[in-house]
Amino acid sequence: MNWSKYSAPLAFYPLAGKMIPWFSVVAALAIAVGLYIGLLVAPTDATQHDSYRIIFVHVPAAWMSMFLYVVMAIWAGIGMGLNARLSFMMAQAIAPTGAMFTFIALVTGCMWGKPTWGTYWVWDARLTSELILLFQYAGVMLLRTSIDDLRRADRASGVLALVGVVNIPIIYFSVQWWNTLHQGASVSMTAAPKMAAIMLTAMLLMTFGFWMYSIAVILARVRCVILERESQPAWSNPSAAPEVAEAR
Amino acid sequence: MNRPSLWEALRGVVRRDLLLAMRRRSDVAMSVFFLVIVASLFPLGVGPEPAVLRTIGAGVLWVAALLACLLSLGRVFTADYLDGVLEQMVLIAQPLPVLVVGKVFAHWIVSGLPVVLLSPLLGLQFGLDGEALGVLVLSLLLGTPTLSMIGAIGAALVLGVRGSGLLVALLVLPLYVPVLIFGAGAVTSSMAGMGGEANLSLLGACLVLSLFFSPWATAAALRIALE
Repeated sequence: MNWSKYSAPLAFYPLAGKMIPWFSVVAALAIAVGLYIGLLVAPTDATQHDSYRIIFVHVPAAWMSMFLYVVMAIWAGIGMGLNARLSFMMAQAIAPTGAMFTFIALVTGCMWGKPTWGTYWVWDARLTSELILLFQYAGVMLLRTSIDDLRRADRASGVLALVGVVNIPIIYFSVQWWNTLHQGASVSMTAAPKMAAIMLTAMLLMTFGFWMYSIAVILARVRCVILERESQPAWSNPSAAPEVAEAR
Repeated sequence: MNRPSLWEALRGVVRRDLLLAMRRRSDVAMSVFFLVIVASLFPLGVGPEPAVLRTIGAGVLWVAALLACLLSLGRVFTADYLDGVLEQMVLIAQPLPVLVVGKVFAHWIVSGLPVVLLSPLLGLQFGLDGEALGVLVLSLLLGTPTLSMIGAIGAALVLGVRGSGLLVALLVLPLYVPVLIFGAGAVTSSMAGMGGEANLSLLGACLVLSLFFSPWATAAALRIALE
């Protein structure tokens, strides 16, 4: 099967439409089960009591905020390297979802910080760098909207997204490099997790759910972007051009 | 006709930009005055308490230097973009990143170096003395070229875009944050008796990284702007 044909917006539009329901259902299931285990099944924490349960939203959102930025930069890089229109559309569609998860991570972090640290906000390395990530998402989106020429807007915001990738390792390693208030990672690929298996299960389920949600929303948004940008071609409106619809 | 070597091309760009800046001296004077005025506003706003001024001094001077650099970013490429010189620079047989290094270096001489030279004087206003003053100058000497290198990327991205002055601030300021933290941190930690070496090393690392990557990113942005 020739997958590269889906790099054409014309071919990708219906494929995305078919994929959205699947990803939405999986996302809803994973988030529902994750929330059930996290809020009802998982035991109360010995020191933080029930306030720790915000971890099931906070950590997955923070992971997604960094992950989506890298994915956005990769799509922008592919777009510039291969000159593919769809890649830039993907990058454009990812930015708002990434910014949303960054915002959620910051807000839930504030809500969690009050009961455990006694303050909503500290100028700690991880909090600050996550805030900068939000500004970077905003910068990428603002630069795109302030340039009228689509081709230039795509490329300029792509360069900015790629330059901003330097911040991602800084956020990720900030708790190791600087000894600050935000705790170190409780979960890592290499060592045994420092939390109960049931909590870990809930957190990973939530992460998986957020991931699937992101895919569903991004596909829906990329369909809008495709329609917006390719409103001239007849295939986007089959009733107006029956001969194209038949040819398909 | 002989093709000039890389070094000659670099020197030519630097010489031309410096000459242009010297013909419009008021531009240069403006960003220096801006720095002095901003730095002088803080004691008036915060109050003349020497202990307070000492603690905020390094941060205030760094923020003022950062804003002064930001204000002068528009001058790096805009004039050349408008009169078509930039287009010729993209077309000639010299690698564009090298020419970019020349332009950014000239920008630093005009806008960054005066800040470094003035900083001991402004530091005295905030009650910094001895070793802290030396660390402040050193941190600005390492940091301001980094600001110019990073700023050039933003300046190239917003060429000819409406509202570019404000936009470049939004794009570049987040990227300036590490430099600001390490720069002001160097002075603060040397005042606390811990020595500023760690932060100065990090500033040096930032400078080396930006020297290596920023010319490529800026050149890519310039090509996009001129397409």
